[in-house]
Amino acid sequence: MNKKIISAIIAITMAGISVFTGCGSKASSSDKEKVTLTNVSYDPTRELYSAYNEIFAQHWKEIKGQDIEITQSHGGSGKQALEVANGLEADVVTLALEYDVKAVQDAGLIEEGWVNEFEKDSSPYTSTIVFLVRKGNPKNIHDWDDIVKDGVGVITPNPKTSGGARWNYLAAWAYADKKFSGDEAQIKDFVKKLYKNVLVLDSGARGATTTFVENGQGDVLLAWENEAYLSIQDNPDDYEIVTPSISILAQPSVAVVDSVVDKRGTREAATEYLSYLYSDDAQRLAGKNYYRPSNPDILNEFADVFDLDVNLVTIEDFGGWDNAQEKHFTDGGIFDQIYEN
Amino acid sequence: MKKAGKRVIPGFGLSMGVTLSMVSLIVIIPLASLVIFTSQMSLSEIWETITRERVLASFKVSFITAFVASLVNAVMGVILAWVLVRYDFPLKRIVDGLIELPFAMPTAVAGIALTSLTSDKGLVGKFFANFGIKIAYTRIGITVALIFIGIPFVVRAVQPVLEKLDPAYEEAAGVMGASRSRIFRSIILPEILPAAFTGFGLAFGRCLGEYGSVVFIAGNKPFETEITPLIIMSELQEYDYSSATAIALVMLATAFLTLFLVNLIQARNTRILGR
Repeated sequence: MNKKIISAIIAITMAGISVFTGCGSKASSSDKEKVTLTNVSYDPTRELYSAYNEIFAQHWKEIKGQDIEITQSHGGSGKQALEVANGLEADVVTLALEYDVKAVQDAGLIEEGWVNEFEKDSSPYTSTIVFLVRKGNPKNIHDWDDIVKDGVGVITPNPKTSGGARWNYLAAWAYADKKFSGDEAQIKDFVKKLYKNVLVLDSGARGATTTFVENGQGDVLLAWENEAYLSIQDNPDDYEIVTPSISILAQPSVAVVDSVVDKRGTREAATEYLSYLYSDDAQRLAGKNYYRPSNPDILNEFADVFDLDVNLVTIEDFGGWDNAQEKHFTDGGIFDQIYEN
Repeated sequence: MKKAGKRVIPGFGLSMGVTLSMVSLIVIIPLASLVIFTSQMSLSEIWETITRERVLASFKVSFITAFVASLVNAVMGVILAWVLVRYDFPLKRIVDGLIELPFAMPTAVAGIALTSLTSDKGLVGKFFANFGIKIAYTRIGITVALIFIGIPFVVRAVQPVLEKLDPAYEEAAGVMGASRSRIFRSIILPEILPAAFTGFGLAFGRCLGEYGSVVFIAGNKPFETEITPLIIMSELQEYDYSSATAIALVMLATAFLTLFLVNLIQARNTRILGR
């Protein structure tokens, strides 16, 4: 009796499997003409890539006469990197920082040397950290000094969980570094004061924006420049952007995921997808989405949008991501220390 | 074999096989991998990881808020179940269905909705702000989110027990002159207490691990409102799997212990009540 039931189940399962695999092979043969790419990106690039995918699809059609469909995935940069490292099939990654792409490399999916594969350290657009304040700037915030004062509520995401937030932290550090000319005890004290003023430490950049904009918490949001401009675009009468005297050049990194494109045979499309980001059209599109184009000529076209006078330090001033990570953000690193008593 | 294992209900072999494979595939193997991941660390490393000040502070936040939330749920859940079983009122079925909504809703949605409602600019939060009480971004906020998450566990545990409880006993006690509070204490409470305990334990276990809704309402400030699941997430973010699993193991052990205790109490109760 049991045996009969079991064999019936096995038979049904086998039939099921063969039907499914049959469908699969049919679908792939009729879809030959169309290429699909998956771009795994981070939170604030949603608007940029939905626009870019359209112009790239046109461009690909022009040069190859082929349709291309791009699937986007957005989330916290570190989480996205982790998912790709764990097997989420991404043809390209466009993440918030080099360190996260390196995590994918460490998983053996991206070959070494990807940083030099595209121009400008594989950062087709950059951004920086600015202050978003409430209209009229009631707390009179103009520079980093003003946000460590008592009674100023600061909103920034947690650098431990948000790649973007590490830029915020490092920008503050860079300012204090100049101010106290490298005296580490004083710098630490400054950053500690800053994080004492933090009311809500969200887990991601979009969460922090929601806390500041929708839930009305705090007086100043430390935000990516592009996020800040998007908030202003949505609520032009409620906020102002303040660019501090010193900030950090945030370089989001892009890379082709070698093992995936080799397996799927999409290397050509994936490479073109990333290198077309450097074309004039795409650079202008980045500028329109409030990312700073990496092409200096096109950046100058947006001189009336961006404050180009801000003094920008780079991650190299911190000795690269590995050093910065080790010193500031590991367990027991400086970020942990400033919260301990 | 057929003679020895003859059972009245057919299909034991097959259903037991399915049960065992489901339990091992879905529960035992993933949990075992957790232990294996952790076992790559030495005991002293594990100890060091789980006794870091910040981790200890997060345990405190997580355990206290989960405990308080489950306690509130145990009381409120019994009242809800009582109303739903004993009284008839319009839209009863809809209210009954609403109880289960926290099961079905993506917890992040709940978290965002609760946060915007209870922040000092939100509808509910504004009212409490008048008295200087902040809900969102404090431990109170975390507890509120956990109450939301945990309530169905208690209601659904107590409901069937109340349904089976024969009102004749209460009536008999009433006829014999027992006061209302005496009836409740001596007849109803002993019957539903084990079920309320079960609900409490389930809710507590669930609340300990809750991440999605809490991160939005917690404020996530280290040493103040940082929950343990968030620490685990940040360890993962740093690609430090073994630390993450070591901390997770503490949560798992606590949740397991709670459920075990609850079962023990329940078994004892059943024995005393002689059923």
